Amino acid sequence: MTTTTESVPALELRDIRIELGSGVPVVDGVSLTIRKGEIVGLVGESGSGKTTTALSIFGLTGNALRLAGGEVVLAGQPLRDEAAFRRARGRVVSYVPQNPGAALNPSLRIGSAIDDVLSAGSADRSLRAHLLDCVGLPSDRSFVLRFPHQLSGGQQQRVCIAGAIASGPSLVVLDEPTTGLDVVTQARILRELERLRDREHVAMLYITHDLAVAAQIADTIAVMYAGELVERGPAPTVLRTPRHPYTRGLMASTPDHVRRRTLEVMQGIAVGVGGRPEGCSFAPRCPQVLETCVTEHPALLETSPGHTVRCPEWRRTPPMEWATLRLDAARDAPLGGAANRSRPVALEVRNLRAEYPGRRGNLTVVRDVSFTLEQSACLALVGESGSGKTTIARVIAGLHPIAAGEVLLEGEALASYASRRTVEQRRQIQIIFQNPAEALNPRASVGAAIARPAQLLRGLTRSEARAEVSRLLEAVRLPARFAARYPRELSGGECQRVAIARALAANPSVMVCDEITSALDVSVQAVVLDLLRDLRRRTGLSMIFITHDLGVVATVADEVLVLEQGTICEQGETGRVLMDPQHPYTRSLLAAAPSLSDSIAEWESVAAGRPLSSDVVMQGPP
Amino acid sequence: MLVHRQARFGLLHDWGMRIGVLLFALVVFIAVFGGQLSSQSPYATVGIPGAAPGGGHLLGLDFEGRDVLARVLHGGVSTLALAASATVLVYALGISFGLLAGYSRSVIDPLLMRTVDVILSIPSLLLMLLFVTGLGGGRPVMVVAAAVVLFPGAARIVRSATLEVSTRGFVEAAVARGESTLATLWREVLPNIVPPIAADMGLRFSWSIILISSVNFLGLGIRPPEPDWGLLISENLVILPSNPLAVVAPAAMIGLMIIGVNLICDGIIRALSRGDR
Repeated sequence: MTTTTESVPALELRDIRIELGSGVPVVDGVSLTIRKGEIVGLVGESGSGKTTTALSIFGLTGNALRLAGGEVVLAGQPLRDEAAFRRARGRVVSYVPQNPGAALNPSLRIGSAIDDVLSAGSADRSLRAHLLDCVGLPSDRSFVLRFPHQLSGGQQQRVCIAGAIASGPSLVVLDEPTTGLDVVTQARILRELERLRDREHVAMLYITHDLAVAAQIADTIAVMYAGELVERGPAPTVLRTPRHPYTRGLMASTPDHVRRRTLEVMQGIAVGVGGRPEGCSFAPRCPQVLETCVTEHPALLETSPGHTVRCPEWRRTPPMEWATLRLDAARDAPLGGAANRSRPVALEVRNLRAEYPGRRGNLTVVRDVSFTLEQSACLALVGESGSGKTTIARVIAGLHPIAAGEVLLEGEALASYASRRTVEQRRQIQIIFQNPAEALNPRASVGAAIARPAQLLRGLTRSEARAEVSRLLEAVRLPARFAARYPRELSGGECQRVAIARALAANPSVMVCDEITSALDVSVQAVVLDLLRDLRRRTGLSMIFITHDLGVVATVADEVLVLEQGTICEQGETGRVLMDPQHPYTRSLLAAAPSLSDSIAEWESVAAGRPLSSDVVMQGPP
Repeated sequence: MLVHRQARFGLLHDWGMRIGVLLFALVVFIAVFGGQLSSQSPYATVGIPGAAPGGGHLLGLDFEGRDVLARVLHGGVSTLALAASATVLVYALGISFGLLAGYSRSVIDPLLMRTVDVILSIPSLLLMLLFVTGLGGGRPVMVVAAAVVLFPGAARIVRSATLEVSTRGFVEAAVARGESTLATLWREVLPNIVPPIAADMGLRFSWSIILISSVNFLGLGIRPPEPDWGLLISENLVILPSNPLAVVAPAAMIGLMIIGVNLICDGIIRALSRGDR
């Protein structure tokens, strides 16, 4: 690199507009500059246009979309035609996808996969070793001869990153690179990315829906809503003083495990493509909306040097008050927590072992797990993928056999399979699954899906069940007319709420929720979590909540059970486990989990000129 | 409620579907009412074998001097009924085997599937001929034989679709609330494996016609002098040079029918992927 390129930004997007064939904008007027050695976090919920914006840098808008206006300038070179984009792809700008398993050629060894990206013919061993070292992977013979399937998800993603930086690009675009990975692996990848920025001065565009991750990695944050940038600025400034009500809303609906609090729910749903109102896109959901907001489209305004906001009323956006929230967390006693020790037990699991048939004998995935679930309490099962938490859920629901031990419902031992349990037992335990797209039968209407358990398990007649459907839809805050709809007409969050309504139709006493919010956007997640909290308070439902997100645990659970490879390594009241973890595994999980409030606290203490002491951050309810 | 209106009429908005329905309806009409339309007997010898069209015989005469048009008009019922009943039987067997094997995840799966593999390993025409020679060449035997030969492929398709669908949340939810296996298969699984079955159905219907025609061609199925499109093609091959229409006409009918059925099946798949119901 010569000195002249030092001052040239790695990427300049100038007023990018991307349209559907019909002329409806999907991305409108996005301008963004990324300097060398800078990481820009592009934040927004699904459908906000962040991936489309990123693909425009590659000139890849797909068949349905076209770049209708604006300019992409990469390392000082404006890209004006397809040939220019093609020359830039992979050399000046490269891409790290969300799903590394699908991105790597399964028949290519790791070494050759990277050599492929390096200039053809000159497979330089030392260069390859350097690249692997850059992402913290070994470069010895036994490693480079492996195939992608012999690597963990985190290793695969690091190979992808090594491939992306192989050609010495001026910009690397990372599209949700850690979304499918567990927190410990995510933390490692984020560390490697920071190292790449600091040592190799690689500029990065980091796309994520997770503000906590963005806060940890990004120097600059750009928030997108309905295809527009609504706020942009240095990460500490934007997150310490969010000026756009949407940014603030996102922050308030992001769960945090360091400072427990009730999530604020943003009203309404995100604007889809083509559904943008005339004035401000956020006006229908905005808590501080004025009449002018509905009619006039706001421009980006500079509130402080480098910090721009698309809201003329930004002065009225209330600040995020973490200190108050922390007090709240202490006062906001958990619903069924330590204060009510004498509640009756709804469900008990004793010395449970569960196995999967393997080629050489059975594989034990759950070992000697015992816990009790009190009435109207919420117990969170936490652990990485493969820790056995989903298997426990399936055993409780009667979908997986008990190899040893017992599951007791109100003191009575349950049969392994649901078909052997009594109707009453099946009614009392309901399960909700992770994937909202697969939760509902695509060929059954919402009404039919909800009515079925009520008829089968509670013996309601058809007309009684129909009346029940409207009541349940209302309970999950959906309009009654949704009964006639089919799953494909619903969004992910709506599907998941229908699945909750279907479970509620049985009038259960124990609800098993298996990662039910992990596929949802944070604002939708906040709605679902708020709904479940409300249901618990009103109906005395007990809940087993399976999640890998410690922030969600802090929000919903009274008690936590940490699983490591099928065994319980720590168990206790949520506040105690999160604030004072005893087991090293719990500590490593907590250390790896990104926390928005922690990042902000760190910036505040730096701004106040005093070093951060860790016990300030970890302070919480006793 | 725009979505609903669209859904109700969606099927016929599709040009492929329209053409398919038209072709199939035409062929079915000829097959069913053809006999009444024709003024001539399909059995009477009226002139020189293999005579070219002319003299009141629009399609000429066949290898025994009978009117080809009359035989084509009379021969459709037989072909259509054989192929349709064979296809129905194929799916009755294929869906039962496939659903049970795909859903059971027990010893039933390998048991059923190995049976299917054994049948698949025998050349289809050979198996068909074994049946027909062993049990005689009547229509019921032809249908059963064609079904036994063709159902293994259908069973495999149904099984793999079932395997995929039965791991989804809504099926698990049905199991967890204690639905019977039959109810789960009927309400949750079957409606969701229609697209692969529909894609396969057009093909298998065509194959059943070809199989039955081949057996007729070898003189083992339907015995002359009965008119049957498959049989017409085979028996008139000897007079192909003098009156090609005697072969082309029944072949065209079979061809139109197969094209029609396949267009309909494709239309159904497109409608399902659009989300019509």
